[in-house]
Amino acid sequence: MAYSDKVVDHYQNPRNVGSMDQNSKTVGTGIVGAPECGDVMKLQIEVDENDRIVDAKFKTFGCGSAIASSSLTTEWIKGQTLDEALMLKNTDIVTELALPPVKIHCSVLAEDALRAAIADVKSKMAKTTETASA
Amino acid sequence: MKSIYLDHNATTPVDPRVLEAMLPYFKETFGNSASRNHSFGWAAEEAVDKARGQVAKVIGAGSKEIVWTSGSTEGNNTAIQGVARMYADKGKHIITCTIEHKAVIDPCKFLETQGYEVTWLDSDPKGCISAEQVKEAMRDDTILVTLMFANNEIGTIHPIAEIGALCKERGVLFHTDATQAFGKVPIDVNEMGIDLLSLSAHKVYGPKGVGALYVRRKKPRVRLQPILHGGGHERGIRSGTLNVPGIVGCGAAAEIALAEMQTESVRTAQLRDRLWAGLSEHLTEISVNGDPQNRLPNTLNVSFLYVEGESLMMGFGDIAVSSGSACTSASLEPSYVLKGLGLGDDLAHSSIRFSLGRFTTEQEIDHTIKRVVAAVNHLRDMSPLYEMAQAGIDLSKVVWQSH
Repeated sequence: MAYSDKVVDHYQNPRNVGSMDQNSKTVGTGIVGAPECGDVMKLQIEVDENDRIVDAKFKTFGCGSAIASSSLTTEWIKGQTLDEALMLKNTDIVTELALPPVKIHCSVLAEDALRAAIADVKSKMAKTTETASA
Repeated sequence: MKSIYLDHNATTPVDPRVLEAMLPYFKETFGNSASRNHSFGWAAEEAVDKARGQVAKVIGAGSKEIVWTSGSTEGNNTAIQGVARMYADKGKHIITCTIEHKAVIDPCKFLETQGYEVTWLDSDPKGCISAEQVKEAMRDDTILVTLMFANNEIGTIHPIAEIGALCKERGVLFHTDATQAFGKVPIDVNEMGIDLLSLSAHKVYGPKGVGALYVRRKKPRVRLQPILHGGGHERGIRSGTLNVPGIVGCGAAAEIALAEMQTESVRTAQLRDRLWAGLSEHLTEISVNGDPQNRLPNTLNVSFLYVEGESLMMGFGDIAVSSGSACTSASLEPSYVLKGLGLGDDLAHSSIRFSLGRFTTEQEIDHTIKRVVAAVNHLRDMSPLYEMAQAGIDLSKVVWQSH
């Protein structure tokens, strides 16, 4: 099985590798997968006061397609609002990276990681609002 | 540097000397070895008999004890199913282990559906089965013990002579899948009490699609019920016109392997140790899978913690190796062999098998070290597991969101 050029490019030059402060109120973190399944993806987003994603970072343990899926996701969502980011579908990743059927789960994982990160930052923001109004 | 091939346990290139020996048997000496009435047939038969002797010599057998097959999958099936059906009146119990090749596991599983009982021995963490385990599993109705000589993924060599002696003592037939060991380490079917032995030519620089099954002729005379019925070739054990050029290649490959075994095993073991020394000098948190001592000279299986095997292979794309990672197989299951050693799935996913060969050079090993080290570092930089481990988090205690 050969990898598509885009997968290879993301693998060799991953965009936005790194970590942010998980405890920051403006950072949302999503960690999905498990080592025994061969994939663990950590995706983080930093959001401004207008719900806009100003930065995104990832770290992934997994095959080349998993790395490329998470790298591509961070690239796409930067600058988007949370609502816009929620529109991202795993099938968009499959199409862009030309993933074969056996690698579709990698794109699902990236979507799951993104949703988990968004849910995390939203719950933090809700708590902040509660504290502010209390 | 051009592509480097370190996957010799998967297959090997045909040695030029082997190819040279084979070529006349495609065109000039093309006869059917079963044609008993003309010179074309006689010439083919002579070549086949010569090859029989060449293969027999490697394992200390007699040339009449060699049955030609299409390779080890057929050899294993012929032996296991053949014994099971021939000796069903005597008993229906078979002993094997969980880390055998699929070509042994699946015939045994098939026999389980046919009223046979199979005891599946678990290996120790180094991939070894002890004679003691086999002894404990033996019953009055045990008719066959089938255990691989050396494991294809980790290279661990079983205590074959001890197990063979035990089988002799108990009057149980002993089959060994010697696909990986044949031509790489000394084998003597008499000293080791082996009754049946499967081998493939393509693992020892011979052609693909040809191999042999050793079937003991005396003390005891092993009888097999054939799978393939037809012209009664190969003492009725394996009907079908012989693949004469392939057989000539198998014989030539066996002769070369035997002649060069001593020097080659020392040379490849040195290169393998050089590879491990280089990797462990530059990388932390890597470990050898299998038995560091009782191991094939050409095999090195390593787990690189916190990185996934397939992505690692992608990182050194011009070096051909194998991985125990799920992603390299169609099933998405990591290696059952590594899991059988008690390795966690995460370590199985992080494993790479390097299997060296006759044409592997020191330069290739040094280049491999560089490429692997670079790829591991590249991937650890983006591994959340590595980051967590560095932060002192015990990964085994993390509750993961499995998908």
